[in-house]
Amino acid sequence: MGNRTPLYEAHVALGAKMVDFAGWDMPIHYGSQIEEHHQVRRDAGMFDVSHMCVVDLRGARVTDFLRYLLANDVARLTVSGKAIYSCMLNERGGVIDDLIVYYMTPVWFRMVVNAGTRNKDIAWLRRQAPSFDVEVDVQDELAMIAVQGPNARAKAQAALGERIGVAPQLPRFAAVEAGPLFIARTGYTGEDGYEIMVPVEQAEELWNELYAQEVKPCGLGARDTLRLEAGMNLYGQDMDEDTTPLISGLSWTVAWEPQDRDFIGRPVLEAQRSAGVPQQLIGLVLEDKGVLRSHQTVYTAQGEGEITSGTFAPSLGRAVALARVPAGSVSECEVDIRGKRLKARVVKPPFVRNGQSCID
Amino acid sequence: MSNVPAELKYTKTHEWVRTESDGTVTIGITEHAQELLGDMVFVELPEVGRTLKSDQDCAVVESVKAASDVYAPIAGEVVGANEALADSPELVNKDSYGDGWLFRMKPANAADLAGLLDAAGYAAVVAEENH
Repeated sequence: MGNRTPLYEAHVALGAKMVDFAGWDMPIHYGSQIEEHHQVRRDAGMFDVSHMCVVDLRGARVTDFLRYLLANDVARLTVSGKAIYSCMLNERGGVIDDLIVYYMTPVWFRMVVNAGTRNKDIAWLRRQAPSFDVEVDVQDELAMIAVQGPNARAKAQAALGERIGVAPQLPRFAAVEAGPLFIARTGYTGEDGYEIMVPVEQAEELWNELYAQEVKPCGLGARDTLRLEAGMNLYGQDMDEDTTPLISGLSWTVAWEPQDRDFIGRPVLEAQRSAGVPQQLIGLVLEDKGVLRSHQTVYTAQGEGEITSGTFAPSLGRAVALARVPAGSVSECEVDIRGKRLKARVVKPPFVRNGQSCID
Repeated sequence: MSNVPAELKYTKTHEWVRTESDGTVTIGITEHAQELLGDMVFVELPEVGRTLKSDQDCAVVESVKAASDVYAPIAGEVVGANEALADSPELVNKDSYGDGWLFRMKPANAADLAGLLDAAGYAAVVAEENH
């Protein structure tokens, strides 16, 4: 038996098909993955993301710590509640994890890391933190529900009433505490919405209140097709400890300025940048019928590459993928699908954003 | 336990076979198989006129989760394919024994049909898998 979130019983009662995900028993779907996908693009859906790990970092030098720890620069955060997305790199410039970190006060940041990397992330944080006198406090008493879709914020507001606090005024990529809740206007679907942290003992009640507003439960299957359509990387597939952000489509998350900011992995990234980045992560749309899947071989004029994430994109009715290929200009390529070479067009992700196709 | 109609024949690889009045057979995948695969997004069917051997892989059903081969339950010639699946692969999920049929064959030898599983035999295969 795997780890269970506080919503496990609720998933089973809703008829979810449960699967193992990074050691957790999680819902893959509640009937139809595709219908759940459309629900989020067209209305509002909710995901149990309690398996993700919330870590509070506290200390007088916490800003200095995170400026050294992360490839993105938390000094850019000046308003309480604002967040950045960043990679946490090893000394080889490889990605230990990708994460979101919220600036709350000058002595407190809140970080959300992946479930599958939880143990090594905490170990890494605890190894780096002492020299900055930063306290690493894992928040296991918090569950998390992501409410996503064009109507998600309105429905969350209807469900929460007064308890939503000032969250309706949040700008994108920011969070606020509202009583026992921590409400962030973030997500992993390419749609507007909230990710709501809630004390474990109140999680099922909140889930049921959202359900009563017809926010439909959605599983990890739909979460994956939504994030891929939105052009968002998945840790462990699109990047890992052996790939730098520069070859993973994540250059935009590396803060090169100011040049004197030292961060773990910086020398390797600098060297890779000046030598010429050898590979790139590109978006593919399959022109023919079929489904792109991870590890399929991609043939370009510059050489071979590989699909890192591929799927049938329900909002587009065709297959899309992220692929790592040799550097250089690529507009068309071929993908080996079960022994046949099919044509794919190269596009710049995202494929879908806010319910609209971005590719045609 | 999913639906296993008593009047059909089955294979261990989760195809169902229905004998029509003209002696041809209609072939699809079982309700159990479509449940395992999840939402169908793409179906590749054999060309009409093609001659198949028994157990030959001849079609592909592809769901959001995975691609899966479909095997010819018996030897024979393909005499029809379900064109509706090109635009509506979800028919395989919605009506696996009806509108979600895959293709039709003319058996090379009608006696081969006797070698297929009956409903009880197939139910036992499914029960064994779930065990």
